[in-house]
Amino acid sequence: MSERGSTAMPAEEQTTTNEPAEEPAPITTGAESVVRALSTAGVNAMFGVQGGAIMPVYDALYAETDLQHVTMAHEQGAAHAADAYGQLTGEPGVCLATSGPGATNLVTGLADADMDSDPVIALTGQVPTELVGHDAFQETDTVGVTRPVTKANYFAEDADSVGDLVGKAYALAREGRPGPTLVDLPKDVTNGETDQTPGAPALPKYHEIQEMADEAAVEAAARALEASSKPLVLAGGGVIKGDATEQLRTFALRHEVPVVTTMPAIGSFPEDHELALEWAGMHGTGYANMAISHCDCLLAIGTRFDDRLTGGIETFAPAAEIIHVDIDPSEISKNVAADIALIGDAGTVIEQLASAMDRSPSAADWRTDCQRWKSTYEMGYDCPKDGPLKPQFVVEAMDELTPDETIVTTGVGQHQMWAAQYWTYTEPRTWISSHGLGTMGYGLPAAIGAKVACPDREVVCFDGDGSFLMTIEELSVAVRENLDITVCVLNNNAVGMVRQWQDAFFEERRMASEYPWVPAFDKLAESFGAAGFTIKEYDEVAETLADARSYDGPSIVDVFIDPEENVYPMVKSGGNNAAFALSEDQL
Amino acid sequence: MSQGLEGPAPEERSLPEARRSPEGIRLDPATGVDHSPRRTVISALVAHEPGVLSEVSGLVSRRQFNIESLTVGSTTNPETARITLVIEESEQGIRQVETQLKKLLPVISVRELNNDAVRRELVVLKVHAEAPEQVHAITEMYDGTVLDAGPRTITVEITGDELKIDDAIDAYNQFGIREIARTGQTALARGDEWTTHAEESRYERTTPVHSND
Ligand SMILES: Cc1ncc(C[n+]2csc(CCOP(=O)(O)OP(=O)(O)O)c2C)c(N)n1
Ligand SMILES: [Mg+2]
Repeated sequence: MSERGSTAMPAEEQTTTNEPAEEPAPITTGAESVVRALSTAGVNAMFGVQGGAIMPVYDALYAETDLQHVTMAHEQGAAHAADAYGQLTGEPGVCLATSGPGATNLVTGLADADMDSDPVIALTGQVPTELVGHDAFQETDTVGVTRPVTKANYFAEDADSVGDLVGKAYALAREGRPGPTLVDLPKDVTNGETDQTPGAPALPKYHEIQEMADEAAVEAAARALEASSKPLVLAGGGVIKGDATEQLRTFALRHEVPVVTTMPAIGSFPEDHELALEWAGMHGTGYANMAISHCDCLLAIGTRFDDRLTGGIETFAPAAEIIHVDIDPSEISKNVAADIALIGDAGTVIEQLASAMDRSPSAADWRTDCQRWKSTYEMGYDCPKDGPLKPQFVVEAMDELTPDETIVTTGVGQHQMWAAQYWTYTEPRTWISSHGLGTMGYGLPAAIGAKVACPDREVVCFDGDGSFLMTIEELSVAVRENLDITVCVLNNNAVGMVRQWQDAFFEERRMASEYPWVPAFDKLAESFGAAGFTIKEYDEVAETLADARSYDGPSIVDVFIDPEENVYPMVKSGGNNAAFALSEDQL
Repeated sequence: MSQGLEGPAPEERSLPEARRSPEGIRLDPATGVDHSPRRTVISALVAHEPGVLSEVSGLVSRRQFNIESLTVGSTTNPETARITLVIEESEQGIRQVETQLKKLLPVISVRELNNDAVRRELVVLKVHAEAPEQVHAITEMYDGTVLDAGPRTITVEITGDELKIDDAIDAYNQFGIREIARTGQTALARGDEWTTHAEESRYERTTPVHSND
């Protein structure tokens, strides 16, 4: 048995430890070149699962003690952990898997990263090149399977070029509109001999990214904003990914323009600010949806106008002149026609706009309207203390206990919406969730990735009982790595979001949505070696959450919430955003 | 049952009256918008690498683009190939085809060709040989070539624009067409205009300008 990296150093080398960084050892194989490409790119951590075809790469990692490798329980978990890591650091999160089932297990995580434009690079093992196409053991056409869910993917052809190929995939995952990339690594390539040292990550030659928007379009946008009497900013996830939150704040405050965000952009603008209307869309605030529906000029930055945001296109910001800022030209007029297209980097374009504007729009009445909507459609819930525990109360209680820069991750369902609605986000990169794909099971592996990326920040996962059960195996990883994360399972004994839709749209026919039983999550946690807690009553909430937080290691709080609680407001799918329902009878 | 939030019901609120078209275009009651699809040719210069055709065809099917034909072939530069697509889309749809194609990594440049572009399609068809004289006459009329003539079938080749090909097929129908193979349209910009942007520097470089032989 040997322990990685613990071999005693020869005396000769020890004397040189004060010298400037020693020359890295020469490359001898494709696998070493792959690993060197990652360390040259500045990678510190990666998430993966071993297996036959990827073994040469793992073997090359054996000597690289600076690269932290977190062994995950399932490749889906590796992809989600890498995704959260990528979102938090702005650098691609790395995940590794073997060929065949290892690679196909990554697919959900890659599709999730693709929908949310998160920087991720996946390295998959593949059967030796000469066996490709022969249905070899654990052979899957990984490049074919992942093509529609990656920004780019490559099949490595030889040991000499494989390191630079990994560098290219790394650069592509990060630059421009981020996204997942994949390099498929046949075993003969990683085992193959080479002495080629890979360079720093470099984009392919024909790949152009436009940073600055066209000046004439900027002028037109500036005039449109100046002339507007009902201006509104719609901040999308691109504002956070493009590190443009400072520019956004400066712009909105200077011109006193109210700000609505999309869900991925939660935290891009402080939700406790007077100009903040929080997030719009299906379960967004009533005031955000009223503002979107009535504005006459919408400055949309880094958003792809997802249907969960727009509701029916016919009624989406129907009177607004739309100024669309995006780094990806193919987003322009894809779902909503842009009147003015500003192609470029979010922060750069906001600054261009700011300097092109000679005056602020006169919009005092509009701001009054927005404030009025904020009070008319205020968020809230009834919580009689003798009734069943309301999930919103638990979210607010945890928010109260934790510092502002706490990272929240979630699964998908009602609990995700409550965590988004009732926690007040004031900083970018504090909300880490699965939006476009809506992947149940995202929360726990994302919390692991978040804690590895930001060991000094507190990490809270709000999970659903259904979502938690989908990736619960990753709890073993959190325990093994002693990650101090707190998982609050908002347990309603159901896939609650589905149950809510059945009640509203399927005459309360609750088919396959209520669980006959769910495990005792506190005991399950303990059997994993984590700390387990339960909360059933209001008066246990604050104290138990505090206990769970102070436990040094992963803790699971099984919170028994009102199983009949529903998420409101709600815009029916394809419906009119302004006609959001505040309760079921308004649907 | 759960109560939800307090507040005015949708019918008690001010709802906007304006509307967008299903394509997301703001409707101006005075002018309206034109979404009628039109047929056009898109040319793409792509890197000659494995998977590029499947990326392009995957994109077309995934995004439900309305496509009439797709051709691909090598160029004088071994590193590049040219893909020609005939599509039928609204103005907005055409822009989507262009920008989505451009986003694919192996795609170097993309352009919608002008109406005056030089377009050609080739068809090979095999007809029954009961009236060989007439088959030859029709072939001559369409500037075609007889590729194979046997006792029972005659195989001909016709090249031309879409209209000519369609006409020719109509004419051959009288003999009974046994089999047909069409290449789909391929095209280049007219005159000294380059077919896609930046082609000049990236495409022609392997063709020597001055040749000694
Ligand atoms: C992988 C996956 N399968 C199915 C769904 C469909 N779905 C959306 S929300 C939901 C309910 C989730 O249940 P739970 O995690 O308990 O959350 P709750 O809504 O009860 O808070 C389901 C089944 C999904 N989003 N993802
Ligand atoms: Mg549930």
